[in-house]
Amino acid sequence: MRKGLLGAAAVAMMALTGVAHAEDKKVTIGVSIPAADHGWTSGVVFHAERVAKLLMEQHPGLNVIVKTSPDPASQANAVQDLETQGIDALVILPSDPDPLVNAIKEVKGKGTFVAIVDRAPSVNDNTVRDLYVAGNNPALGQTAGEYIKATTPDAEVVVIRGLPIPIDQQRQDGFDKGIEGSNVKVLDRQFGNWNRDDAFKVMQDYLTKYPKIDVVWCQDDDMAVGVLQAIDQAKRTDIQYVVAGAGSKDMIKKVMDGDKMIPVDVLYPPAMVGTALEMTVANFYGQVPVRGVYTIDATLVTKENAKDFYFPDSPF
Amino acid sequence: MDTSVNEEIREIHRRSWRDIDLRAVAPFAALVLLLILGAIVNPNFIGINNLANVATRSAFIAIIAIGATFVISSGDLDLSVGSMVAFVASLMIIFMNSGVIADPALMLTAAVLFAVIAGSLCGLANGLITTVGRIEPFIATLGTMGIYRGLTTWLSQGGAITLKDPALQEMYRPAYFGYIFGVPVPIVVILAVTSVAAFILYRTRYGRHVVAVGSNADVARYSGIPVNRVRTIAFVIQGLCVAIAVLLYVPRLGSTSATTGILWELQAITAVVVGGTALKGGAGRVWGTICGAFILELVGNIMLLSNFISEYLIGAIQGTIIIVAMLVQRSLVRKS
Repeated sequence: MRKGLLGAAAVAMMALTGVAHAEDKKVTIGVSIPAADHGWTSGVVFHAERVAKLLMEQHPGLNVIVKTSPDPASQANAVQDLETQGIDALVILPSDPDPLVNAIKEVKGKGTFVAIVDRAPSVNDNTVRDLYVAGNNPALGQTAGEYIKATTPDAEVVVIRGLPIPIDQQRQDGFDKGIEGSNVKVLDRQFGNWNRDDAFKVMQDYLTKYPKIDVVWCQDDDMAVGVLQAIDQAKRTDIQYVVAGAGSKDMIKKVMDGDKMIPVDVLYPPAMVGTALEMTVANFYGQVPVRGVYTIDATLVTKENAKDFYFPDSPF
Repeated sequence: MDTSVNEEIREIHRRSWRDIDLRAVAPFAALVLLLILGAIVNPNFIGINNLANVATRSAFIAIIAIGATFVISSGDLDLSVGSMVAFVASLMIIFMNSGVIADPALMLTAAVLFAVIAGSLCGLANGLITTVGRIEPFIATLGTMGIYRGLTTWLSQGGAITLKDPALQEMYRPAYFGYIFGVPVPIVVILAVTSVAAFILYRTRYGRHVVAVGSNADVARYSGIPVNRVRTIAFVIQGLCVAIAVLLYVPRLGSTSATTGILWELQAITAVVVGGTALKGGAGRVWGTICGAFILELVGNIMLLSNFISEYLIGAIQGTIIIVAMLVQRSLVRKS
């Protein structure tokens, strides 16, 4: 009996010290992200810093170092610098994944936990990373397409594309899949370079070219700013609504306020860097399995759920 | 003999006058060709609304290119103008957001003055670095291009800088979207700026000095022209033109971002050259420049309005049209 009690006390003691040990467990995580050079990357920087602060408050032993770099070469250097500081994990959103693979592999080879965010290298398996957190480009198009199909099944749509690069093509293919089997008709697709001014011009020309447009799909919140201005200037009332995407605070606010022209937004959230950071921390403190691929949905933001995605302090 | 020499000189004069006239007319010939092409491509093209749209949105590049005409005529080059637009526009919006002046009308006036001064100072910086610092203008303005762009990105933290006060926005909006006697304000501004620029370049001593410095800086120096001052003032004029473009740009979207004005410097230089000004300096044609800016904007517009051109090929066809427009000009000049 005494023995049993002692044993129980010992176990309790061990458990207690174990807890205390976990609380102080020293973990250093390096976060390497592109410098803020446009809206979306500025959101990435904002959320990386925001989540890092939150997590460090929760775990006193945790140290998160956030480094931003303007191009792949300096990002490779930043990864090296982080490594020499002694990190237990690396969370990286590579500005251009393939040129950075070697630098990442170097870190991984030392037994460091590696999480890649958003942009995957051509070889994306567990030789390069432990965790891959990805946005879903085809779904971004598909969600928009499905919404248009459901809301306005006979709509005539003009599409403003981004730049001629693979992720833009994935979004277009997803969109086509989304509207498949409906009467939704795509009148035109032109490039707006993910830029407000160019989107303004393209939209002006669409308005000249087509006497009747029902819906605009411009897949990007920045471009939506130019599109709305062009419609407003032409005083055209035939356009029922515009579907953009990403989740900038301005567009989410419009959805929240019930703006007729922006009824929904499709998420491609820069906050996904925070998801990767949280999961990496869970690997160390919660000891839960996180290795693998985690794909974030292209959630449809509506008036009902908009407040969950609204960050008024973010630059994006 | 005396008379025959005089006769010859007069003949040369007459010939060079004819030459200059045709060169000045050539860009307009290219413009007419484009208008015909556009009308064939899409009947909506020739509508007054479309042409007014195109002319209106060519305003930014056109006005910047007017400044570039001075810089290029004096034998220099300014690559920083695109970044400068973003920088000055951001400063202007931040100034208006600061709310230091409560009355919106006064605030707007102050902001306009502020932008004009900021633009001129940016131009002055370019000019002084090039002349006093004796750095090749290409490198000097490549440097300031990075500086102005970087400062803009820093001010905006990579995101957007947006005009917050709705009262100010409402009051300022007509500067881009309004009309004067039925003509969109930006078009009126283009014409006003060009008229003033034409007067300065063709009718003042300073204008003649610009061309003299551009054709041969050494000869100009020996003739007692203050070469460095002429070049620096040309950069200041460029900065002033950028500020005027900003005054039209800010009311359009009411915001700037790190991507504002990217590659506008190349468009401005292209407009100047398409307009008949030689890149090597020594001749300036401000009306041609306006025409060049309009041609650039038209080409994009025609591409978009056409139904048969793949969106992937637009860049290639734009390039081709610009080269063809230049060839048309060249052949017109040769025939004379």
